[in-house]
Amino acid sequence: MTDVSYQNTQQTTEATLGDYFALMKPRVMQLVVFTALVGLLAAPVAVHPVIAIASILFVAIGAGASGALNMWWDADIDQVMLRTAKRPIPAGKVTPDEAKMLGFALSGMSVMMLALSANLLAAFLLAFTIFFYIVIYSAWLKRSTPQNIVIGGAAGAFPPVIGWVIATGSMSIEAWLMFALIFMWTPPHFWALALFMKADYHDAGVPMLTVTHGRTSTRKHILIYTVPLVILAVGTGFTAIGGPVYLAIALVLNALFLKGAFDIWRRDEAQSDADGYAVEKKFFKLSLWYLFLHFGAILAEALLPVTWGVWA
Amino acid sequence: MSIRAEHEIHQRRKGRNVGVGLMLAGFVVLVLALTFVKITSGDFELPRVEDAG
Repeated sequence: MTDVSYQNTQQTTEATLGDYFALMKPRVMQLVVFTALVGLLAAPVAVHPVIAIASILFVAIGAGASGALNMWWDADIDQVMLRTAKRPIPAGKVTPDEAKMLGFALSGMSVMMLALSANLLAAFLLAFTIFFYIVIYSAWLKRSTPQNIVIGGAAGAFPPVIGWVIATGSMSIEAWLMFALIFMWTPPHFWALALFMKADYHDAGVPMLTVTHGRTSTRKHILIYTVPLVILAVGTGFTAIGGPVYLAIALVLNALFLKGAFDIWRRDEAQSDADGYAVEKKFFKLSLWYLFLHFGAILAEALLPVTWGVWA
Repeated sequence: MSIRAEHEIHQRRKGRNVGVGLMLAGFVVLVLALTFVKITSGDFELPRVEDAG
């Protein structure tokens, strides 16, 4: 939101409830709810179902609030990028001020309610996540450095830690392993997207790696960042939140992910153009399943009543 | 002729108001349930009242 570029974002119709809901990035909220729930259920402390449901709901509302604040702050670049041009503000359905007020109101409400339903540490982490996403990522990093995705990925990595803290009231290495899994996964995921969204980030002036360092360098970065991710993801299988089910799933997924990153690195722009970025799109789709199935496996290990061998 | 014709905007507002109303009602029920669970759980203690006498 660096210039007066709202001439094209004037409200054209009265917003529906669905438009306000769309401001909250429901797909991101789904991921937040799922990973926070896994963090909560993987923790070694039982939580009353009402407290668990209410707390996860407040985390989801906090995530939605930060989504609305992000759309308010990024309204000027959202209208330039094809991927975001249909969002409620650039589409003229909701005004930037409405998004701002909704975001601030829901942020305050969700943090206060989480403090009441769970504990102060969980509420502090939720407040910090919202602050990190809006101030550190959206307002600062996103428009100033190609490291935007790398550091900004921390915002999306906090929900399982919050879930863990809701249950235990404290942090531990297992919670930070789940944090690290999302944190390390974010760069290859978004760089693959940046490769096949082509001119979007360039047109919007967002310094994504594809814009600042070129597409060949981005391909190399995807492979380089995938290697430590694979080590971390497989290594997590030998910790308290892992187990044989997790390890089996992680081995398959990480072999596929590493192969995908290798295939992207081997290709050049001419090859990608020729097949419409098929490999990059496949890698991006795989990355969505990758995260979902890793957390699904952690959940399965938490709910399984038996432990084997080194995990006993 | 009706003075107050039903406009599409009124329908949108009605849908929005009903939605907000339902969410507020749900919020009240949730806070009620949370309060009940908190005060019936084992570790809940009322603040001690000091004997002023």
